[in-house]
Amino acid sequence: MNMRGANLLTLEGMSRDSLLDVLDTAESFFEVNQRTVKKVPALKGRVVASLFFEESTRTRLSFETAAKRLGADVVSLAVASSSVKKGESLRDTITTIDALGLDAVVLRHRSSGAALQVSRYVPHVRVINAGDGQHQHPTQGLLDAFTVRQILAERHGVTGSESGSSLFEGLRVLIVGDIRHSRVARSDIAAYSALGAEVRVAAPGTLLPNSLEGWPVTVAKDFDEALAWADVVGLLRLQHERGSGSYVPSLSEFTTTFGLTRARASLLKPEVIVMHPGPMNRGVEIDSLVADLPQSVITRQVANGVPVRMAVLYLSLAEKKEIA
Amino acid sequence: MTQHEDRQDRQRGLAFVVKSQLLSADDVSRAMKRMAHEVIERNQGLDGLSVVGIQRGGVAIAEQLSATLSAIGQVAVPVSALDVTYYRDDIGAHPLKDAAMTTLRDDLTNRTVVLVDDVLFTGRTIRAALAALGDWGRPTAVQLAVLVDRGHRELPIRPDYVGKNLPTSRSETVRATLDGVWLGTGVSS
Repeated sequence: MNMRGANLLTLEGMSRDSLLDVLDTAESFFEVNQRTVKKVPALKGRVVASLFFEESTRTRLSFETAAKRLGADVVSLAVASSSVKKGESLRDTITTIDALGLDAVVLRHRSSGAALQVSRYVPHVRVINAGDGQHQHPTQGLLDAFTVRQILAERHGVTGSESGSSLFEGLRVLIVGDIRHSRVARSDIAAYSALGAEVRVAAPGTLLPNSLEGWPVTVAKDFDEALAWADVVGLLRLQHERGSGSYVPSLSEFTTTFGLTRARASLLKPEVIVMHPGPMNRGVEIDSLVADLPQSVITRQVANGVPVRMAVLYLSLAEKKEIA
Repeated sequence: MTQHEDRQDRQRGLAFVVKSQLLSADDVSRAMKRMAHEVIERNQGLDGLSVVGIQRGGVAIAEQLSATLSAIGQVAVPVSALDVTYYRDDIGAHPLKDAAMTTLRDDLTNRTVVLVDDVLFTGRTIRAALAALGDWGRPTAVQLAVLVDRGHRELPIRPDYVGKNLPTSRSETVRATLDGVWLGTGVSS
C-alpha cells in the first residue's frame, strides 16, 4: 500500500518504502515548522474536515494545525453541540458534511473500522484515520517511528532521510501495558516491525489480546529483564474508557507489576528512548519523575505530530487523483 | 535525485538521453566567472548580498557563484538552498515530486537576493521561488541568475544574469551542471 493519493486507514500491510516516503516527507515539513513563517501553500483551496467523535486534545489540535500550515481550510465538527446528539447516524453526518464540499476527512471514532466504513460512504474523499476504537491510530505509529529515527539519526550525525531504515535494523522495541485495548500498540507494532525493528510486548495476561497469532512480536517473560534489553520503551495508557480497569485487580497492582516506576527506571539502558502517546496517567503506567527524565521524549512526540500529519495530508491529497 | 524518484523515472522510461554536449566544464567555469563580475558590477559591490539556490539543480551553481563572489570581493557571501516544491502551482496535476531540504535561515529583509537556478524554462519554478522568498522577509531586490535560459516562458519573468542563451524545442531537455551543459530527451535532474 502506498500513501500517495490514498486513504490512511491502517499501518498494517504498509510497506517499508511507503513508510519511509511518509517519514522523509515529514522531515521536510519538520524544517517548515522551524521557520518564522511556518506555513506553505501546498494545499491551498482544499477543505479538510476534522470529525472527532471521541475526546482528543493532541491529535485534534495537531491535525488541524497541520492542515492550516499546508494552507488548507479546516471545518471542524464539535460533536457535543452537533446533530449527532440528536441521534443522527454516522452515515448521515458524513453525507451532510460532504455536501458542503470536502477533500479529506480526518476521523476519530470509538468503533473499530469506522474509518474504513466512512471511506465507503464517500469514495471521492480522502479518509485519514485519527484513531478507530481498538483497531488503529496510524499517525501515532508514524510519528513514533519518526521520533525514534530522528533521535537515532541525531546521535549518528546524519539526517533521518539519509539513514533510510538502517537505524531500525535490529533495534529493540518494548511496548508495555494495555496491548489489548490499544490502537496505538497495533499501529506502533506494524510500523516498527515493517521498518526492521524487533518488537517485544509486556503486559499482564489479561491485557494481552486473546491471540497474538500473526502479530510480529514476542511476549516478554520477565518485565525487568525486557527493560534492560530495550533500546526503545513505548508505554501505553491504561484505558479506563474501554474498561481496562476491570482487567487488572487494581491500579496499584498494575503499577507494581508493569508500571515504569523509579526503581525500574534504573534498569534501563542510559541511552534508552522512553515514549508515551499521551495522555499520561502519571503514577499509574509511568512514575511522574520518570516521565520528566531526559530519556523521555513525550513532548517531542507531540511536537513531531504536526510535521508527520502534514506529510500524511500532503501525500494523500496533493498527489494527482486517479481517474476511477 | 532520490532513490524514489529515480525508481519512478526508470519505470516510466524517462531517463535522460544525451543528444549533444553544448558547453564543457571549462565553458561553464568561464560563464560563472563572468556572471560573478556582472553581479558585482550591477550591485556596486557585495554589501547586503545573499545567494539562494533553488533545489535541486540550482544549489551547486549557487554555491559556486557564492564562492567566486567571495574570492573576488574578499568577503563571505552567504549562500543557502531553497526548496519550492510546496509553493508550486501545479500540485495535484502531476505525480508528486520529493521535496528537498531548505537551509535558508536568515531574515532576508533589506538584503539583495541573487536567486540561482540551473535552467530557466517556463518561469513557474521562479514564480514559486518568489512566493517562497516572501516568507523570509522583504528583500530590497531579488535578482535572477541562471546557467541556461532555454526560452518558452509562460510568465512575465526574465533573468538578470545568464550563463548561456539556448534556443530549444519544448520537447527537448537541458541538463546544466558545473560539469557542462547537455541537450537531450527524457527527465534530467
